[in-house]
Amino acid sequence: MSEIMNAPLDMAAQDLMVKAEQVCKNFGHVQVLKGIDLEVRQGEVMCVVGPSGSGKSTFLRCINHLEKIDAGRLWVDGHLVGYRQRGDKLYELREKEVAAQRRDIGMVFQRFNLFPHMTALQNVMEAPMLVKGESKDAARVRAEQLMERVGLSDRMGNYPSQLSGGQQQRVAIARALAMQPKLMLFDEPTSALDPELVGEVLDVMRDLAREGMTMVVVTHEMGFAREVGDSLVFMDGGVVVEQGVPREVLANPQHARTQAFLSKVL
Amino acid sequence: MSVGETETRTGTIKAVPVRHPGRWVAAVAVAVLAAMLVNNLVTNEAYNWPEQLKYLFAPAVLEATFNTIWLTVAAMVGGVILGILLALMRLSANPLLRGAAWLYIWVFRGTPLFTQLLIWGNIGALFPTLGLGIPFGPQFVTAQTNALYSAAAAAALGLVFNEAAYMAEIVRGGIQSVDAGQQEAASALGLTRVQTLRRIILPQAMRVIAPPTGNEAISMLKNTSLVVAVPFVELTFTVQNIYSHTYQIIPMLVMACLWYLFLSSLMMIGQHYLERHYGKGYAR
Repeated sequence: MSEIMNAPLDMAAQDLMVKAEQVCKNFGHVQVLKGIDLEVRQGEVMCVVGPSGSGKSTFLRCINHLEKIDAGRLWVDGHLVGYRQRGDKLYELREKEVAAQRRDIGMVFQRFNLFPHMTALQNVMEAPMLVKGESKDAARVRAEQLMERVGLSDRMGNYPSQLSGGQQQRVAIARALAMQPKLMLFDEPTSALDPELVGEVLDVMRDLAREGMTMVVVTHEMGFAREVGDSLVFMDGGVVVEQGVPREVLANPQHARTQAFLSKVL
Repeated sequence: MSVGETETRTGTIKAVPVRHPGRWVAAVAVAVLAAMLVNNLVTNEAYNWPEQLKYLFAPAVLEATFNTIWLTVAAMVGGVILGILLALMRLSANPLLRGAAWLYIWVFRGTPLFTQLLIWGNIGALFPTLGLGIPFGPQFVTAQTNALYSAAAAAALGLVFNEAAYMAEIVRGGIQSVDAGQQEAASALGLTRVQTLRRIILPQAMRVIAPPTGNEAISMLKNTSLVVAVPFVELTFTVQNIYSHTYQIIPMLVMACLWYLFLSSLMMIGQHYLERHYGKGYAR
């Protein structure tokens, strides 16, 4: 009986990868997310923009349960994130089950967060070996392919401290891809980079989008959003203010807050 | 401005260096003190170097030195393992574990090692029998403490339990020094907490943990001389025994110092390589 109750939400029929329903998040007394409703289709590239403190990074972190949501529901690929539902009751997932959910969700951080005590190649090999139990040889072969794909086959033996910011972020993307995720989350991936290094990271992301990866990208790069994004979400004050086709939202924002924000960044 | 000056402006600078008379004064003072020391070592008969050479590799001294070495190794290995456990307890989400670790550290760091070793030497008076059974219930096996227990075990346990308190704080500091982004990156990849700790956090923490642990090991080498409280025979205890019937006090104590210096030098070399290993990937 519990099997039926526990059946995943039928999102495949609607082609949905992420579904957020009235998601709320508080930090102490501060309400950071005030009821977010969003849907990300399979293969969609959704760009999330907004002023700092708007809750966009927090929402991204909720998607792979780095933050626990306080109200609402959040599904990834049909599965409730962080919880199991039986009847009306929610049960917190065990640590191992949460880890298993995260295997399929890649994440790229603003500050790269590469493992500094490992070479670039070891950074990419580590998770497949530990989490999926892949052999060292298999992990190495694919890590080498991924390093080539992000244009760093000559940098595999370097430690992160020996790489530029742009190179580090490309390694971080390769590291996330090594787990063969269904969904990639990008948390301001170019915000910590020198201006001349932004392009090389966006190029890798553009290729990834072209290959059909489902992506949620928190960014300040409006050019990238316009060119690569399938949808654009503008968040402010913990709510989704406006969303739509990037070209239209950027050219003709409907909401006063969107207009004010875009007039400052464009 | 003369014509010649303009012509040489583009050339390599040849300036008169600043003089440092203070350095010369200091160097002379140190040189004189060093000469006095060497002179003393050579001419002062009280060192009695031949006597020292006679005992340097004497069987009793070698055996005692061996005891000092294994006590140091055992105390550090045990201290590090127990210290990591205590550090993890202190960082635990469980307040009872946190409190227990805090209490342990409070007791073992807040009382003198020498006194602790005296207690370990007399532990049989506190717990006459040791048993295996149900807490507050029946015992399945019991034995006399003094039958199970040797001076060597008392010495090693005393040093391990004391060292663990210090190592716990060193390990905790190391773990907390690792950037929070590392935990997040590992979690996002699907690593479990234990995997993250073992593969990501601890290896990075080791870079911070290794230097003070080297210090602790060198301190431990010398602190083994305190197990005379148990009592257990090690290097200092042994040379005391020797000079109690030869009356060559200074020669024996200097000889013991030479052994300690030799061993601590070996440890410094080991520490150098350990720090280099865990420093991999950081600015060089």
